[in-house]
Amino acid sequence: MKKTLRVILLSGLVLLALLFVYFPVAWLVISSISTRSELLSTPIHWIPQHPTFQNYINILLPTQGTSEVAKTFRITLGNSLLVASSVTLIALVFGSLASYALVRLRFPFRQSTMLGILGTRMIPEISLVIPLYLFATRVGLFNSPAILVITYLSFALPFAIWLMAAFFESIPVELEDAARIDGCNRLETLWRIIMPISSPGLVSTGLFVFLSAWDEFFFALILTSTVSAKTVPVAIAEFTGRYVVDVGGMMTGGVLAAIPPVLLSLIFQRYIVSGLTAGAVKG
Amino acid sequence: MQRKRTLAQQDALVAFLLILPSLLIILGISLQPIVSTLYLSLFEAQRGINVQNVFVGLANYAALLNDPVFWVTIQRTMYFTVVSVGLELVLGLAIAQLIHSHPPGWQFLRTSLIIPWAVPTIVNGTMWRWIYNADYGALNGLLLQLGIIDKYIPWLTKPNVAMNLVILADIWHSVPFIALILQAALATLPADLEEAASVDGATAVQRFLLIRLPLLRPAILVALIVRTVEAFRAFDIIYVITNGGPAYGTVTISYLTYLEMFSFGHIGRGSALSFLISLFTLAMAFVYIRVLYRPEETL
Amino acid sequence: MKAIRSMFFALAALVLLASAVGCQPGQATGPATVRVLTMEQAGPTVDEMNAIVDAFNKANPNIKVEIEYVSYDALHDKITTAMSSTPPSYDVFLVDDIWYAEFGKAGYSLDVTDRITQDMRDKIFPAAWDITTVGGKVYGMPWLLDEKYFFYNEDLLKQAGFDAPPATWEELLAQAKVLKDQGIVEYPIVWSWGQYEAAICDWVILLYGNGGSLVDDKGAPAFNNPTGVKTLTWMLQTIDDGYTNPASISYVEEDVRNVFSQGKAAYAVNWNYMYDLVNFNKDESQVTGKIKMALMPAFEGSGVKSASINGSMGFSVAATSPSKDAAWKYIEFLTSESIQNQYSAHLLPIWKTSFEGENLTKLQGYTPANAVTVPMFNEQFPFAHVRPKVAYYPEASKALQLALQEALTKQKSPEQALNDAAAKWVELAK
Repeated sequence: MKKTLRVILLSGLVLLALLFVYFPVAWLVISSISTRSELLSTPIHWIPQHPTFQNYINILLPTQGTSEVAKTFRITLGNSLLVASSVTLIALVFGSLASYALVRLRFPFRQSTMLGILGTRMIPEISLVIPLYLFATRVGLFNSPAILVITYLSFALPFAIWLMAAFFESIPVELEDAARIDGCNRLETLWRIIMPISSPGLVSTGLFVFLSAWDEFFFALILTSTVSAKTVPVAIAEFTGRYVVDVGGMMTGGVLAAIPPVLLSLIFQRYIVSGLTAGAVKG
Repeated sequence: MQRKRTLAQQDALVAFLLILPSLLIILGISLQPIVSTLYLSLFEAQRGINVQNVFVGLANYAALLNDPVFWVTIQRTMYFTVVSVGLELVLGLAIAQLIHSHPPGWQFLRTSLIIPWAVPTIVNGTMWRWIYNADYGALNGLLLQLGIIDKYIPWLTKPNVAMNLVILADIWHSVPFIALILQAALATLPADLEEAASVDGATAVQRFLLIRLPLLRPAILVALIVRTVEAFRAFDIIYVITNGGPAYGTVTISYLTYLEMFSFGHIGRGSALSFLISLFTLAMAFVYIRVLYRPEETL
Repeated sequence: MKAIRSMFFALAALVLLASAVGCQPGQATGPATVRVLTMEQAGPTVDEMNAIVDAFNKANPNIKVEIEYVSYDALHDKITTAMSSTPPSYDVFLVDDIWYAEFGKAGYSLDVTDRITQDMRDKIFPAAWDITTVGGKVYGMPWLLDEKYFFYNEDLLKQAGFDAPPATWEELLAQAKVLKDQGIVEYPIVWSWGQYEAAICDWVILLYGNGGSLVDDKGAPAFNNPTGVKTLTWMLQTIDDGYTNPASISYVEEDVRNVFSQGKAAYAVNWNYMYDLVNFNKDESQVTGKIKMALMPAFEGSGVKSASINGSMGFSVAATSPSKDAAWKYIEFLTSESIQNQYSAHLLPIWKTSFEGENLTKLQGYTPANAVTVPMFNEQFPFAHVRPKVAYYPEASKALQLALQEALTKQKSPEQALNDAAAKWVELAK
């Protein structure tokens, strides 16, 4: 009886959490398939009476007459994917290596390096824009995915290092001692033992880095100028004209922009497995 | 003959090599801009071609620290940060716990959590601006249908309400991050400690407070630092929902910096403002670390 | 050791890659390149703008024009950032009229006073030159003309028994009272008084319509004189009396259009773009076929027949551009009479002759909306006022926006708020 009660209670809470997540998402989807006229109805049409998929058609199957931003949206999605994936991959590799060193190894200036790395993140990005812009134009990287990757890495690495540090710290030292006794050196321990156990941490950190790069607007705006490098946030901003805001188009862009991260997390979610440590220490 | 290194020297070398790539990227990109910002903050520098920068030393800082608008904005930003991050932490922890206990639908919930996080901030802001709208918004529509209000309310015209509504939009977008980080941390926790405690007769609450929470401390610390730095520098969401209004009621320190540097072109003053913001966020990070960081905690 | 070695290789590869990408091919000798920055959804469509560029490139084989598009909000920041590099990233850029003084002082826009012929001066609307002229010097060619208009819902007015739109704001309030009392519409008029430049535009319309002005002939703030205070008090009163939609305090132009399109307002003030959408587009509006335009009302006894706000844009040459002459040639082409007449379906031309004879007929015939908006433009434009051409305008505007907001949210009295803003303007002028 008690168990059933518990399940019912927990299910109720899950439902509540899902409502919290989906109420705005539902509205997001509704507005992407409604005309402006219908969106303005009072009382609200929770289910559109005249749904239209024109917004999706504009972006996915553009024709001659479609707006410029809709036509090029898919390209910007591709750019965002390229940039975000590159940043995530590099940040995870370099970041976890650095993080492991900072957490497990003893060397002079360890604490200050850790704090210094975090410190570089304290400066608001706004003041870094112009110097970075000048740098980009000078080395010929302006309007290229590469400059975005490099810029985002400099932002993402400190946080990735700190995030991974938290996960590394929660791994008992005994595990590594056991590995060392078995003959592994530092790096082998890292690769064979620590990484697999930290996969939840890697996935979460990867998700965080990916989404930070995915969502970044201001640097993408200033450092890119054509579709060869424009990313999704910049494209979405262009649904706004001088006065007109193409809300339907923007919401559609938002729905489409949310899909790749969700898909990625679905693919990688099997790596968030619990209880891996349980067996390792007991034995 | 290779000279044998001590363990400590070996460690130091390995550490150096492991950290080097990251350091190169971070410093390579950020160092010059950071130094340049600090440098410019000591000048009266107005944006323009062939404009002479005038060295004023710490005058920009003095002007800011004496400006009541600066302090009111800091206060407002603190409110935004504390409420936002506080609620996110509580909600995030609750959701993480919920998922961790594997109730029916937990996988669907965990995947669904990505969606608010994945929706670009501009879309998020625009969406909430429509939801909050006084004449056609979904919030008014819902509350009216539920009978909670009897006529539509112009939410965004009241400064305090507007601020809290912006916070709500930010929470919706950011709770998933904390929830997922903490859930991942929970997944890495060794289960045997709690099992042992439960065998010894500890209640669920005791187990949570005395064992689980302390073990989550590193993850909570990092989540707090990351979110606090982000929240303190919130700009996009305010720009889209209220543009800082009504009557500057939602202007945060980042918005002020944007105004100074980009709208008004006061490069010197904007740079000084940036540095003051860095100091504030550094201070907050220090406080967190002081309170939460216990390096040798593993049992 | 293996791991460390492979890491070194990876690092080296990265460095090589970066330098390979970073290698910039030397500047090729050949056609002068002119890079243009403009806005999407400004005047002609992107395809039309591209067609104009193609036509120019064909006619000028030694010049190559490349054009890029950004959103309006990004335009200002893109320009100021682009000007910080040498050479600047753009040779030609679109400028909003409120930025002309700022860009002139900062040295971004080229002084083209000497390139303007008398012929051009005579044939283009004088009010168009107001946009690009700062302190007697011309910094660009006017290109996109726009002003705010007065819209009303004929159907709602008829329901209240009114056959004609109001000619004064007092008359409007009298009509509004009937509309409200009869339950036809709860808040008869909706404004864009949010913390945006839009609020300043509405303020200019009302202030000048009351015989007031933003600055006096010496350039000192005049908006806080008794007329200004009276006008702001009037605005506040209309909210208190329930004639102005209270949400106006947070609204911007699109919100006005939305509310008007819902049929929840009988009167609205907005830019040219609104007419086509509210009156002819069923997907956008619930009140199609019911909307008319009229001359902007003014206040009784002010001695002013009407007042509106000039919100136009122009094209400028970057002062530090290495291809100034080529850049100017393109601007001349883009703003020429023939090109403007060809593409005037989406753009009101700057040439007086475009509004005469055959050109006028063609212009009005482009779309059903044009049949109404073009004559309306002719009628209203003489009354359109520009905002002060001062280099510190962005900061001054923000101070005035704050003042209006503080008064409308009742945090300060209208007099106090306006005086504080005026003090800020004086401080900025130093």
